[in-house]
Amino acid sequence: MNTRDLQIDSEGRLRHFLTLSGLNRQLLTEILDTAESFAGVTEQTVKKVPLLRGKTIVNLFFEASTRTRTTFELAAKRLSADVLNINITQSSAVKGETLLDTLRNIEAMHVDMFVVRHADSGAAHFIARNVAPHTSVINAGDGRHSHPTQAMLDMFTIRRVKGPDFGRLRVAIVGDILHSRVARSQIHALNLLNTGEVRIVAPRTLIPVHAESLGVRVFHDLRAGIQDVDVIMMLRLQHERMKGALLPSEHEYYELFGLTEKKLEHSSPDVTVMHPGPINRGVEMDSEVADGPRSVILEQVTHGIAVRMAVMSMAMQRREART
Amino acid sequence: MSPANRSKQLRFHIRGGRIIDPANDIDTSADLYVAKGRIVGLDQAPDGFTADATLDASGCIVCPGLVELSARMREPGQEQKATIASETRAAASGGITTLCCPPDTNPIIDTPAVVELIRLRATECGKARVVTLGALTRALAGEQLSEMAALRKAGCVGVSNALRPVANTLILRRALEYAVTFDLTVFLHANDHWLANDGCAHEGRVATRLGLPGIPEAAETAAVAHSLALIGQTGVRAHFCRLTSGRAARMIARARFDGLPVTADVAIPYLYLTENDVSEFDSQCHVLPPLRTVEDRQQLRDALQSGTFQAICSDHQPHEPDAKMGPFPATEPGISGLDSLLPLALRLAEDDVLTLPELIRRLTCGPARILGLPAGTLAVGAVADICIFNPELTWLLNARSMRSQGHNTPFAGWEMKGRAIHTLLGGRLVYSLAD
Amino acid sequence: MTDFDDIPAILDEMTEQLRVQIRQTGRTDLAIVGIHSGGVWIATQLQQRLGLTGAAGSLDISFYRDDFTRIGMNPVVKPSQMPYSIDDRHIILVDDVLHTGRTIRAALNELFDYGRPASILLAVLIDRGGRELPIAADVVGRRVTLQPGEHIKLTGPDPLKLVIRRNP
Repeated sequence: MNTRDLQIDSEGRLRHFLTLSGLNRQLLTEILDTAESFAGVTEQTVKKVPLLRGKTIVNLFFEASTRTRTTFELAAKRLSADVLNINITQSSAVKGETLLDTLRNIEAMHVDMFVVRHADSGAAHFIARNVAPHTSVINAGDGRHSHPTQAMLDMFTIRRVKGPDFGRLRVAIVGDILHSRVARSQIHALNLLNTGEVRIVAPRTLIPVHAESLGVRVFHDLRAGIQDVDVIMMLRLQHERMKGALLPSEHEYYELFGLTEKKLEHSSPDVTVMHPGPINRGVEMDSEVADGPRSVILEQVTHGIAVRMAVMSMAMQRREART
Repeated sequence: MSPANRSKQLRFHIRGGRIIDPANDIDTSADLYVAKGRIVGLDQAPDGFTADATLDASGCIVCPGLVELSARMREPGQEQKATIASETRAAASGGITTLCCPPDTNPIIDTPAVVELIRLRATECGKARVVTLGALTRALAGEQLSEMAALRKAGCVGVSNALRPVANTLILRRALEYAVTFDLTVFLHANDHWLANDGCAHEGRVATRLGLPGIPEAAETAAVAHSLALIGQTGVRAHFCRLTSGRAARMIARARFDGLPVTADVAIPYLYLTENDVSEFDSQCHVLPPLRTVEDRQQLRDALQSGTFQAICSDHQPHEPDAKMGPFPATEPGISGLDSLLPLALRLAEDDVLTLPELIRRLTCGPARILGLPAGTLAVGAVADICIFNPELTWLLNARSMRSQGHNTPFAGWEMKGRAIHTLLGGRLVYSLAD
Repeated sequence: MTDFDDIPAILDEMTEQLRVQIRQTGRTDLAIVGIHSGGVWIATQLQQRLGLTGAAGSLDISFYRDDFTRIGMNPVVKPSQMPYSIDDRHIILVDDVLHTGRTIRAALNELFDYGRPASILLAVLIDRGGRELPIAADVVGRRVTLQPGEHIKLTGPDPLKLVIRRNP
């Protein structure tokens, strides 16, 4: 089954949320609009709605992540769903249980939704292809492939800060594009929303081959890359990149690609700075920028809950019609 | 002693077929006569010949039994995937009479004992001939030489390090030189282990979009380059296995033109599929080396046509279902190819990549010569390994129609055109479609 | 097709009924809440007529509906606005059309998520019957009987107009 038919049911509703590939602008806008209404809930005194009461959501995390898992858990609880957290450590997998067996064992407990994070690209697709018909799968990050809820919360944030017309925006994504599922999803989302210009900025070693085919302009120089841009999305740099002979040092990376107030002078005067977190201060950006007025990093975190509430509700709706 | 179910060496009259024997430049409508395990007459029956059995080959092609350059039968060591019994049976049903087994069994074919084990097992099953490649380095670890003389004596037709890396170019040079000493052909897999860097898909547009760790084309071409340099240096006879890029094919063509003793083969999947087939994370398309670009596929077809590739193989790698059930990078690579070798190869003739006789050459005397075997010929006096196939018969490839124990193939559900009707091995009928 | 033109007159009657009920129950310091969107318009009108201070609260009950799993989400949900604390307050809950009673059930659930009111009075502009739950309005503007396939709807906010439509 191709990706589009896997994610969208016969009525055009979201069933699984695995990747932005195969979705259209209309659906993305629906997600953003739905997230707006949930943002209202999050800002109220009563932070819960009974929408998913009685439903069971399982956070199936094969990769450790407190931050993402917590926001999914919070989002599910705000929808009054019951949440189960399952962390499959390396040793459990080593004990020999296949991914499919793990899945079947949990499904036997009659769950409604899986939120999955896995180190292999395509893991969420595999799980979605093998779950029971009434179960939904949300991809919380698979290998280098996709992290669609992160991209959606980033789009939500941009829309709130810059307005709904992405066509007039220049957006630059800076950092380790090669290994980043966040970057791939962001590029997809920005292009689906008809963003004026999407740029990626990184040294050659961190840019995948045929990058232009993703629909971006490639820059190796930060100043040129962020010239006149309206939004800068920084990516996290992982320490392993130094060991893999991809970069010589964090110091050189910071010199060339780290964001400082001075370098930001090249961008548009009201440029917005974003980061999926957690930030490596002094590597991706210095504290002045991270904590400064242009940064919306903390808002991104808040928005993450509303966006995930939106995606979860949309994937769960019309269940009876489906069975 | 022959097993109870072994068929007998009868006198066969193969009637009314079109005989295509590229080894002897024969393409003619004629009858074929078999006795005592050998071909005894073409077109004319030998004096006093009376047939015990007549095989009706009308509407069919009669050609030498196909020679498969690489079939992993998974025995010894991985019998949950397949066995010599199941895979030789599958081979027979596909008109294949000789299979070459790579050394990466478990235990590895680096001792005469394992060579003998496989030979005995195949003889016991009696459905196809199995020849073996011995390990180039001990345990395929790429550090020390294997006992190549002993392996040759035990019957290995060549040596190879399969898909495992050789530790460095100096060791590779020494291994090649040692092989030359015993006039052994070295079967090389052009893969620079470090450039491949645990990738699972071609490093191109699709891998970039899907975030799959990529194997650059350079992993193949760099390995071809240093291998060619060493082949020139040592004078070893070398065969390049399953090249996947147009660039590598051109390097081979150039080397052959320059007189280097190199041959090369291409595997069927790479003539049909490309990186685009991986777009939906279909683990059936997870193969190593990876499926490359649309341009590469065309260039491989061109290289096949021009003679750069002297053989087509299936690169048969059967798996149990679990091996393909998982996220793409976590699945085991390989396609079960014996069942579909003939029809997919015939499609190349339909697509005008090769004429039918040239195609059959790539499946018979081409690979036979690479393996240094007298197989792949229908000359009078030759051993009667014969494939009789109907080129017009259509059938569906699926778990029910496949005879291999492994059903892992991206060609499942494809309509196949062309099927073996009878297969003879050493003058014995080892397969009939009607059964 | 009958249009109810004189909404102001109906509202005046409702206001009178409410005053009577308030007097009889001795409730003071009432707060008014309307259900999106027709109920909010009516609530605003009633608030003015009753002379209540403070803003009217508004409830969007989309997230409390019981048919979410069947009909799905409405992406355009305005957040509920409760500009005052519910605890120990006497509430007037207002909606435009009372039908099955499910909307009121959802609104009650939502109100109780906000806090614990001292009492709730239900005032509706139109009661069209067809109750599926044991819900009754304390104050009703008009009772209406509809033919099968007919729906009654309040349009507004200015002018407020009741319209009956028949399904084609």
